[in-house]
Amino acid sequence: MKKKVLLTLALTMVAAACLTGCGKSSAGKNGEVVVYNWGEYIDPDTLDQFEEETGIHVVYDEFETNEIMYPKVESGTSNYDVVCPSDYMIQKMIENDLLAEINFDNIPNVKNIGEQYFEQSKGFDPENKYSIPYCFGTVGILYNKTMVDEPIDSWDVLWDEKYADNILMQDSVRDAFMVALKRLGYSMNTTDEAQVKEAAQTLIDQKPLVQAYVIDQVRDKMIGNEAAIGVIYSGEAIYTQRENPDLEYVIPKEGTNVWIDSWVIPKNAQNKENAEKFIDFMCREDVALKNFEYITYSTPNTAAQANIEDEDIKNSKIAFPDFSEYNNLETFDYLGVDGDNLYNEYWKQVKSAD
Amino acid sequence: MKKVFSKLYIILIFIFLYAPIATLIVLSFNKSKTRAKWGGFTLKWYSELFDNQVIMDALYNTLLLAFLSAFIATIIGTMACVAISRMHRAWRTFFMGVTNIPMLNADIVTGISLMLLYLSLGMTFGFTTILLAHITFNIPYVILSVMPKMKQVNKSAYEAALDLGASQPYAFFKVIFPDLLPGIFTGFLMAFTMSLDDFIITHFTKGPGVDTLSTKIYTEVKKGIKPEMYALSTIIFVVVLLLLLFINKKPGKKDNA
Repeated sequence: MKKKVLLTLALTMVAAACLTGCGKSSAGKNGEVVVYNWGEYIDPDTLDQFEEETGIHVVYDEFETNEIMYPKVESGTSNYDVVCPSDYMIQKMIENDLLAEINFDNIPNVKNIGEQYFEQSKGFDPENKYSIPYCFGTVGILYNKTMVDEPIDSWDVLWDEKYADNILMQDSVRDAFMVALKRLGYSMNTTDEAQVKEAAQTLIDQKPLVQAYVIDQVRDKMIGNEAAIGVIYSGEAIYTQRENPDLEYVIPKEGTNVWIDSWVIPKNAQNKENAEKFIDFMCREDVALKNFEYITYSTPNTAAQANIEDEDIKNSKIAFPDFSEYNNLETFDYLGVDGDNLYNEYWKQVKSAD
Repeated sequence: MKKVFSKLYIILIFIFLYAPIATLIVLSFNKSKTRAKWGGFTLKWYSELFDNQVIMDALYNTLLLAFLSAFIATIIGTMACVAISRMHRAWRTFFMGVTNIPMLNADIVTGISLMLLYLSLGMTFGFTTILLAHITFNIPYVILSVMPKMKQVNKSAYEAALDLGASQPYAFFKVIFPDLLPGIFTGFLMAFTMSLDDFIITHFTKGPGVDTLSTKIYTEVKKGIKPEMYALSTIIFVVVLLLLLFINKKPGKKDNA
């Protein structure tokens, strides 16, 4: 009996060991590139295509938030060659000397990326030396036309008592404060305590009207007609409109946050040349188009924008707003430890208020 | 009256336990991608699941890790039990205490300290580091379930075997090992499950390109979890359910002393 048990165990062990051996695929003939990107933030086919065309093996890894990505890159547990953080995090990485300058000569396809996106990037990468935009979007108001019968164009509607218990707010410090600060006409990157305090007070005033502070559920709740108005990212707006045609997205007139996720190369990258090849590949118009169709987040690749088949989306002001039409669009800055603490302190007050 | 109440209570508990799983199973057949809308019945997520190489790789990694780490931890844990049982009383208490600490320790502490250790040793993060981490946190569970069996073992039987000319390993495998087997088996299963559903330690010790199911699902948070995952979770649930029914159907076959 026990001999049998031992034998089976030993055999499975050998089989498993063999499987691991076989499972490990070897590096490509032209080396490899280690990519660290957001989850579900690329069309997997493009990775295969890249491997086929260049012979470079892609090791692909994913993260959930900028805050989780940062320590992984900083501690050097893994030497990533290409990372895709958001605006304020890129600024933090530049300030802490974690990024390498990109050699733009190796990335000819960078010509496909629209000028206005590089202009907007200057907020976090002043000389456009370290980052190349990959995806971008705005934050705005998503509302249900059957439940709201007036045109919405201002953050004020989130403080309108008519919609009590029908409002969804973002459950993250900077996004929530962005709404309040913009409504008051302040910069969303302010570190002036008086302004932050005032914004916090308006958020507390708003609290009884809010149905819930949520992140992901805005999408599902709005599709399911569970709320009338929600603060949402533009990338999600296109998807929700597809599912529920009653929904409409607006960028409020007081201005909003333009976020940009860009490719960067960490200083400790082992395969910088391959990294640049990878970024160049991602900037190619057909690849960018493929990725846009997969992720539905707006692409800054103007060549790809022109080739989108769906006319509605191609000409959509939601997906591709002209930044020059607004004069109050901002991108999040890294506020430093003190700035973060200031916001977190007041956010705590907001969340714990009755 | 009292009976009605107790039945209601049981039903309530079952609803609490199984309502989330039932929701998940229903959603796995939902044609629409969003949970807010019922788009009709479909099996498409199941077929897409098996076509999705990334999820399949993650599943393969998860099972392989669970099996290997449980197996190795069982061997090490059992050997540790034999050694600990032979120690003097004071040392025994000391070692049992030491092995219990990792179990009570928060996962995040274990995860970060292992990461720091690997970093200081200059190891490359990947499958091996996760495997080592899983073996590490599995060993205490094996010791925990083998140790009680070890205490029941009759030492005289082992000594008698030696007196009758058995070599030490022979005596161990013929006399002590069979008595330990149920404990070893429980230990193995416990280690297997612990490894299967670990997220935090894996997260800190994993390298690029290696994902288990839990870390893979977590990365999908930003864009919303894909219905394929509902399908996979449903399959796992059904398999475990069938396994439990199968085991419970013929009890008493094995002498679970």
